[in-house]
Amino acid sequence: MTLREHEPQSGALPNGAAAAAILAAAIGCFIIGLMTLGAEMSEGLANALKWYPPAGPLSGKTGVGVITWLIAWAVLHNLWKDRDVDFRAVRIGAAILLLLGFLLTFPLIFQAFA
Amino acid sequence: MQLTAREFWGLIHGMVLGGLFLLAFSGGLAGLYSLRPEFVTVQGLRERIRRLNIGTWVMAVVAWLTVITGTYIVYPWYRAKPPEGADLRLYPRAFLLSSESTKLFHEFGMEWKEHIAWFAPILATAVAYIVWKYGDRLAERELIRKTALTLFVLAFLAAAVAGLLGALITKKAPIL
Repeated sequence: MTLREHEPQSGALPNGAAAAAILAAAIGCFIIGLMTLGAEMSEGLANALKWYPPAGPLSGKTGVGVITWLIAWAVLHNLWKDRDVDFRAVRIGAAILLLLGFLLTFPLIFQAFA
Repeated sequence: MQLTAREFWGLIHGMVLGGLFLLAFSGGLAGLYSLRPEFVTVQGLRERIRRLNIGTWVMAVVAWLTVITGTYIVYPWYRAKPPEGADLRLYPRAFLLSSESTKLFHEFGMEWKEHIAWFAPILATAVAYIVWKYGDRLAERELIRKTALTLFVLAFLAAAVAGLLGALITKKAPIL
């Protein structure tokens, strides 16, 4: 007996909460990529990102990314949690941000801007 | 057999947490992939969601512990600047950069690893949240489930790149 033969186990839940989590994660990854590129291009920014000096700018690059991710998640979650959003558009947006995030953390790319 | 404090933390960061991450990933991947109405009974679905919930949260927590121990405990030892005349083998970054034949391990390997590794906990946390929030509804929300599955695989790939490069770098210039 499969699930298809039953009534849904519970009521419909809007897709907004999932969309917020997905887009916020992609924003966080993109910001880490952006900080990686920025620190390579600007010595001032690299120095400012040395939040924990023994770890160098990496602490700030990832710190900014994580804080941005959490803020974006909180904001998007509050906006979308009770409603359905255009999930395909969110997927496309998240895919673009993730792709950029992956590209910007790839050494051959960010080192080209050094 | 004795381990120095640095070797101990290197082991925790790379082997223990890395191994747990892989284990949680394989369970989570199978669970998410097969979470389809046509594959499971109602009872099976409930049981699967319970395990999937635990597996994805374990993966997320382990991923956070891995990047935090890596960045704040192990990495400072790796990048420490050697004093004049020091034995470079005790300073992995300086050791790798001291030779044309090994500098790529730092300039490409470590530079990629240290950044991309942080994608894994962020993506894994998003997946764990979605599994927790939607539970058995995921079986019928195909688009959400497929997106979560994609993020889950990306989290693994980010961790796999970091893990593989970490192993290669450690082989060339271990933290002693």
